[in-house]
Amino acid sequence: MENVTLKINNIEVTVPADYTILQAARSANIDIPTLCYLEGMNKLGSCRLCVVEIKGARALQAACVYPVSEGIEVFTNTPAVRRARKANLELILSNHDRSCLTCSRNRNCELQALSEEFGIEELAFSGENDPKLAIDDSSTSYIRDNNKCVLCRRCVAACDNQVVSVISCINRGFDTTVNTAFEKPVSEVSCIFCGQCINACPTGALTEKPHIPKVLEAIDNPQKHVVVQTAPAVRAALGEEFGLPMGTPVTGKMVTALKLLGFDKVFDTDTAADLTIMEEGTEFIERFTKQENLPLITSCSPGWVKFCEHYFPEFTDNLSSAKSPMEMFGAVIKSYYAEKNNIDKKDIYSVAVMPCTSKKYEAQREEMSSSGTFDIDASLTTRELAKMIKQAGINFVDLPDSEFDDPFGTATGAGVIFGATGGVMEAALRTVYEVLEGKSLENLELAPIRGMDGIKEASLEISGKEVKVAVVHGTKNAKELLNKIKAGEAKYDFIEIMACPGGCVNGGGQPIVSAKKRALVDVRVERAKALYSEDRNSALRKSHENPAIKKLYEEYFEKPCSHKAHELLHTHYTKRSKY
Amino acid sequence: MSDKKLPAFNGTKEQEAQLMEVINKHKQSKGALIPVLHEAQEIYGYLPVEVQTIIAEELDIPLAEVYGVVTFYTQFSLYPKGKYKIAVCLGTACYVKGSGDILDKIKEILGIEVGECTPDGKFSLEATRCIGACGLAPVLTVNEDVYGRLVVDDVPGIIEKYQD
Repeated sequence: MENVTLKINNIEVTVPADYTILQAARSANIDIPTLCYLEGMNKLGSCRLCVVEIKGARALQAACVYPVSEGIEVFTNTPAVRRARKANLELILSNHDRSCLTCSRNRNCELQALSEEFGIEELAFSGENDPKLAIDDSSTSYIRDNNKCVLCRRCVAACDNQVVSVISCINRGFDTTVNTAFEKPVSEVSCIFCGQCINACPTGALTEKPHIPKVLEAIDNPQKHVVVQTAPAVRAALGEEFGLPMGTPVTGKMVTALKLLGFDKVFDTDTAADLTIMEEGTEFIERFTKQENLPLITSCSPGWVKFCEHYFPEFTDNLSSAKSPMEMFGAVIKSYYAEKNNIDKKDIYSVAVMPCTSKKYEAQREEMSSSGTFDIDASLTTRELAKMIKQAGINFVDLPDSEFDDPFGTATGAGVIFGATGGVMEAALRTVYEVLEGKSLENLELAPIRGMDGIKEASLEISGKEVKVAVVHGTKNAKELLNKIKAGEAKYDFIEIMACPGGCVNGGGQPIVSAKKRALVDVRVERAKALYSEDRNSALRKSHENPAIKKLYEEYFEKPCSHKAHELLHTHYTKRSKY
Repeated sequence: MSDKKLPAFNGTKEQEAQLMEVINKHKQSKGALIPVLHEAQEIYGYLPVEVQTIIAEELDIPLAEVYGVVTFYTQFSLYPKGKYKIAVCLGTACYVKGSGDILDKIKEILGIEVGECTPDGKFSLEATRCIGACGLAPVLTVNEDVYGRLVVDDVPGIIEKYQD
């Protein structure tokens, strides 16, 4: 790409010719405020907070969409610029439900931060949007409160990026809202509850369905034996909520915090991930040997499963019947664990901490009640866990480390990497290869299926046959791959699909990262590093070597895919309509 | 979309065949959505969910986006036109002569908003730009009939005339 030289605030800046003024300014360390802009996703120039003065131009221009060109002179901090930005922000604020003190995004809100930066002390305008707009809390996973919406369309862009596209701007002028077609409740459209919209929202218009109150109630009830499990991706991001650098693994501190919060047992979902590998790996070996229902597609990601059911129902038979690690654990806790410890399963309250909002939905799928009641009673997001820790007055950063509780205290590196795209496939292949070949993979780290390429492929020879695998993350890439398979342009034996871009580390329940920070760091890569380092430092790196899993089969399930395993650890899917 | 009851969709096979023809005609061109919506509205008289869903599916455009476009432009209607189409002129001359109050009175009597149709399918209500009859301001039309120099109290009588 050719370079051009321009002047910003009289400073000469040389940047690639396809840059916008915003990108050029940021590369020169000159800050321009933004609200609707989301790098790589939403570039509309609609909020007008990034306006700048360009010498010779008729009016102020939006820096996020204005392309650079040779010799232009840009001014980002003139009285006219400051006046216009402030007026635009005041107009946005005039229609905003400013109940900051009681908002889920209090002190973590881009609008609030801008208001402070701009020195807004009084509002000159009072808005038209009265009476209050209806709040949609119809779904299992999240709440939309359009009274806090600033119409930046970042959620619409995030939904489009997932090729789910169930929301759009509807009506016009003052009546504009972000809504579903025919303003149906979101529970009635083909939303997959991935929560990428929540992560994209600059304000508190989108929030997960809160599960903190019912979890606290269970903890406070002496009759209840409250167990908690934590997914791999949670430990890779929880530290961010307490000011630790992105990618800091906080496993030990997290376990200590959960014990301080009053959970009776703290288990590691990684252990259940190892169990998933045993079941899913065995299922793959069976299907591959018989050449039936291939490709086998992973089913750990409830957002992906729902996407498949709505948008590609012809592939539901390809989904692994193995439940997700969370649900396998849920079933094991209310059966094996209850029996072994002589606890009535009715007295067990089973909580999961997940990087995910779709897990709240999965927990309430009717199939997920092999114990007679829901196997998982509450599913907290990483953000909710952080809130609970803060509310309990726990000084997280200074906590000592603790270990997960037995009998599910051991997990392998294979279970840990589930949280990053490619992790499930890598873990599965470590086990499948060894079972079929009778020897360990030479190199346990499968580089071709790591990293952030949208569609990753690899093939390896297992017992004289070529096994072709693919890994995709983000439902947009899933759509592309499945369409290729349908058209006969690609053929695989085993596919890992995660709904969220980057996999669970970038899930819809993870700590909110501002648009400004997202433009600077690849959240997915940084958080995945924490998981891969934990894998590398694990004594055990293959699921079938996990002693807790071996014991579970010896004492309870007999062998993978046994009758009992099918009863408790497997599920089925429903073909759903797109509309 | 309000919770008001819509007359049941009663599109015919012929209409659907016409719609498919329209879609196939525009499918390959960029920006096909708006011309397709226009012609679909000519076929059905309005754009109910059933029609929008066919268009979304066939053009591979999300239904939410189709609905977004339909609700953005006032010429698209989610409601069928009534047997009697009432149109109140909100052009400048009529407006200053009080056509806003006339519109409000009609809304009050029929219980519908602009763009909607009564559940029995009899009356639909539109607000128009200047229809060029400023000398008669304020003006409304019911199908081809024109009523001018109106006052609010004329409204009940006009509606009564069409209660056949």
